Amino acid sequence: MKLTLRVWRQKNADADGAMSTYEVDGISPDMSFLEMLDTLNEELTLEGEDPVAFDHDCREGICGACSLVINGDAHGPERTTTCQLHMRSFKDGDTIDVEPWRAAAFPVVKDLVVDRTAFDRIIQAGGYVSVPTGSAPEAHATPVPKPDADLAFEHAECIGCGACVAACPNGAAMLFTSAKINHLNVLPQGAPERETRVLDMVAQMDDEGFGGCTLAGECATACPKGIPLSSITGMNKEWLRATAKGAGR
Amino acid sequence: MSTFAEYATGEPVVDAKAPSGPIGERWDKRRFEAKLVNPANRRKQTVIVVGTGLAGGSAGATLAEQGYNVVQFCYTDSPRRAHSIAAQGGINAAKNYRNDGDSVHRLFYDTVKGGDFRSRESNVHRLAQISVEIIDQCVAQGVPFAREYGGLLDTRSFGGVQVSRTFYARGQTGQQLLLGAYQALSRQIAAGNVEMHPRTEMLDLIVIDGRARGIVARDLVTGKIDTYFADAVVLATGGYGNVFYLSTNAMNSNATAVWRAHRRGAYFANPCFTQIHPTCIPRTGDHQSKLTLMSESLRNDGRIWVPRAKGDDRPPNKIPEDERDYYLERIYPSFGNLVPRDIASRAAKNVCDEGRGVGPGGQGVYLDFADAIERLGRKAVEAKYGNLFDMYQRITDEDPYRVPMRIYPAVHYTMGGLWVDYDLQTTVPGLFAIGEANFSDHGANRLGASALMQGLADGYFVLPATINDYLARNPHKDEVDTDHPAVQEVLAETEDRLNLLLSVDGDRTPDSFHRELGELMWEFCGMARTESGLRKALERIPQIREEFWRRIKVPGTGEEFNQSLERANRIVDYLELAELMCLDALHRAESCGGHFREESQSPDGEAARRDEEFTYAAAWEFTGTGDAPVLHKEDLVFEYVHPTQRSYA
Amino acid sequence: MARTVWDSTVGKKTVMAVSGLIMLLYLVAHMLGNLKIYFGALEFNEYAHWLRTMGEPLLHYEWALWVVRVVLVVAVVAHAVSAYQLSRRDIKARPSKYVHKKARASYATRTMRWGGIILALFIVWHILDLTTGHVHSGGFEEGKPYQNVVDTFSTWYGNVIYIVAVLAVGLHIRHGFWSAAQTLGVGSRTRDRALKGLANVLALLLTIGFLAVPVGVMTGVVS
Repeated sequence: MKLTLRVWRQKNADADGAMSTYEVDGISPDMSFLEMLDTLNEELTLEGEDPVAFDHDCREGICGACSLVINGDAHGPERTTTCQLHMRSFKDGDTIDVEPWRAAAFPVVKDLVVDRTAFDRIIQAGGYVSVPTGSAPEAHATPVPKPDADLAFEHAECIGCGACVAACPNGAAMLFTSAKINHLNVLPQGAPERETRVLDMVAQMDDEGFGGCTLAGECATACPKGIPLSSITGMNKEWLRATAKGAGR
Repeated sequence: MSTFAEYATGEPVVDAKAPSGPIGERWDKRRFEAKLVNPANRRKQTVIVVGTGLAGGSAGATLAEQGYNVVQFCYTDSPRRAHSIAAQGGINAAKNYRNDGDSVHRLFYDTVKGGDFRSRESNVHRLAQISVEIIDQCVAQGVPFAREYGGLLDTRSFGGVQVSRTFYARGQTGQQLLLGAYQALSRQIAAGNVEMHPRTEMLDLIVIDGRARGIVARDLVTGKIDTYFADAVVLATGGYGNVFYLSTNAMNSNATAVWRAHRRGAYFANPCFTQIHPTCIPRTGDHQSKLTLMSESLRNDGRIWVPRAKGDDRPPNKIPEDERDYYLERIYPSFGNLVPRDIASRAAKNVCDEGRGVGPGGQGVYLDFADAIERLGRKAVEAKYGNLFDMYQRITDEDPYRVPMRIYPAVHYTMGGLWVDYDLQTTVPGLFAIGEANFSDHGANRLGASALMQGLADGYFVLPATINDYLARNPHKDEVDTDHPAVQEVLAETEDRLNLLLSVDGDRTPDSFHRELGELMWEFCGMARTESGLRKALERIPQIREEFWRRIKVPGTGEEFNQSLERANRIVDYLELAELMCLDALHRAESCGGHFREESQSPDGEAARRDEEFTYAAAWEFTGTGDAPVLHKEDLVFEYVHPTQRSYA
Repeated sequence: MARTVWDSTVGKKTVMAVSGLIMLLYLVAHMLGNLKIYFGALEFNEYAHWLRTMGEPLLHYEWALWVVRVVLVVAVVAHAVSAYQLSRRDIKARPSKYVHKKARASYATRTMRWGGIILALFIVWHILDLTTGHVHSGGFEEGKPYQNVVDTFSTWYGNVIYIVAVLAVGLHIRHGFWSAAQTLGVGSRTRDRALKGLANVLALLLTIGFLAVPVGVMTGVVS
């Protein structure tokens, strides 16, 4: 396959960026999208040009590092991560636009690499169960109904890639935040910190400069792990419950 | 002849920390004998933890909970992305919830046997003991393990064992356990007890007056090289499987931290013990950048087969039952498809070498779920393995519900690593290694679902107990002076190395060297090794190294985000480590676990150990790049599990 | 640390949801009242008069109506201010756009902001037209709402403004009702379809109900 790539190039956080056009040839449909970019980078390196910087690590769709907006879609046309997107999803002769995640809370570091540490700070605000090592009771002391365990798992699948923020017209982190809140709040182990968790995490999300939810649903459509939009509803409910209980004061 | 292969044998290494007495009491004894640090004094002591995977994440969180100042590093943008996240199948624990005859002793026994009698009994027993606490800890953190309708935890079986002791969270157990550790770590970061440095890579170790006192690290965003000091340094930097270029490791997983520590005096043990995982998706072409694992748990329900006839290229569903060879079930009737990884991998290689492999290039075998789907129904199979099937379909464009998966072995895990004593301390005082970065628990082959167990055992329970002893005996006195000649020397060496990489301006990319080295290693130091092949590799590696420093091209500068520079610098270390791996493989003229020497096999082609000569861990001492290292042997004593020829037939 | 309801994006959305639902309730009553126009001038005018005497003799003349008006004004202001502030925040959270543009979300979702502005402008015109009479086309007469309505819909621009506004109301409710349910946490995966269906039915009924009046005038059924 022969493709034309238009890639966002930006030297560093302070520099202005622009789209640059490259031609790549000899692309196999079995290549992953990132392997296609590897091919481009090998050529750029030999030509003495700066290769395109992009985040990636496990290339198995689980670490959440890869983060490209491809033809306007976070992670491209398939519901998966960029690393699991294969070139068979494109046609010979296609022109493909590749851009970084766009959100005020995710400033560009270089080219296609953005800074997602805001997500870490949201987790730090309350996305945990306070259980120091060694203090845990016997695992079978508290049975968890299977439906609750399954629901928790479904939300716990979030890989923290940020596609939800990238796809959201408001640059909101609602889906990311709600996934963790729902994961922990549905379990008996998460119950003691249920109220403070939701209030503190939502507050941190606001502090980071993410937008609000207009229920456009783009986040859930882009989510490679299929975290449902109802996750946000669940978070709202938890927030109202905690607020009504006066837990924030 | 390469001078590198003419190694000397030095003094044996002795694990001075392992207590004597009945094996079940050793860990308690060690914990009691270890000195403690007064809680008020802990705040004054700083521990550097490099890596945020299961071992590093859990260690950082636990040390911070205990009151130490923790300064932690990871090369990823978030501690949540460490490669432990990709572990799929599960975590072992001797809970015996199934009442199927499991016990701490059986897990201990299985692990020593699975490791082909090349691990240290005391360590393995401790691991089995702690396994039960890990499950408790993780459940309390909210890790959503799979449960049964009664609300209790579900388990499944893994290779090399006949009990069901593997706890799991669908095919994403590593992810869920890692997020548990990450969340515990996040809590400590928020509390100000952990100073976290993401996108910062350790480039060297600082040793002052014989003690590990800090590291040199590079901020990957700004390129700034800085020094960080502490009272002890913990390496939780994972394995070195990426020496092979193609492996199931993450693209950026690397050996720089452990190799630099080795260069500064830490012995490297059993580097040739690498695990080739039997169930990975076969490669599709030269563009391949990494290999993807399909969890071993699939072997619970999937049946492995190849056509009976050579060169049978009919599609799998056109091959009648009696023309299929379910070779694992045939050769190993009692363990069947659940034989340990080393055995399953080698069997796959053998049938492919016979010309009965399937798929492009004949490099693959079938893993067939037709029977399971018929027996359990598609829904049940989907619930157990749905995400793995999806992943397979995305990569190969084939539907594993209808067509059998094609799998082939790939480099997955490294049992070797920095030599550590019972306290997980390396031969450099104050330098500890935990998780895959050390060598201690898996011998020559790791059983499935044991890596997660070891990572968390080391991080949550072992290191936090043993490091106390070191810190109590070495109370904090002076801040390290940045002008100390040892610091300046390490800093200068690091800067010089990066500057040299940037200044060569040759005509070959870092990846091209990495690929070349990887192919060489896979051919000569992969699934089957021979003396002549290893000698060939030992001859070739210094040549590649020489060519590397002549022809490498790294664009850009060091004062910016520069992924090519990161990569090239890691290859520098692979080019030295690979040589040691080959030497270790050459010197160990026996077959054991993942290390298969063709010269040492039984008449029916099974690995043949040579216990009289090789019942030891080989700890290598660095003497200089390309210079013959010194071998120190740690004799392994088996008091409880007596070495026998492993049999899974 | 936790934020107050007004400071939090989730809290402000709650304000929008609650004020929106109050306005929705009012619209349902308003629409039903409007349909009385089909029963002739007498009944329609009597109904309009009753709105002012509602609650008597416990309450004084127009008190009940003023209570409703105050509640509505508070709802409108709270809704608009929240919407404005949230929109400002949303735009700030996504300062640079993608070069590769794609049509996103449903039409109803994308038109919430503009729809809201159109509705706000319409409310002003609507009050000046039929409550105070300042911009009324014919000779506005207090107490003769039937004739006033007929006058308004006898002009082309009266019809155009009204019909555009009613369509905007329909779209706004279609996304707004469902959205409010999610904000208030009553949505769930099992209930989602029912909620979406209800939102569509509400939007459709209100649109048809409100359109019935100008259509009636235009077709001569109401004159």
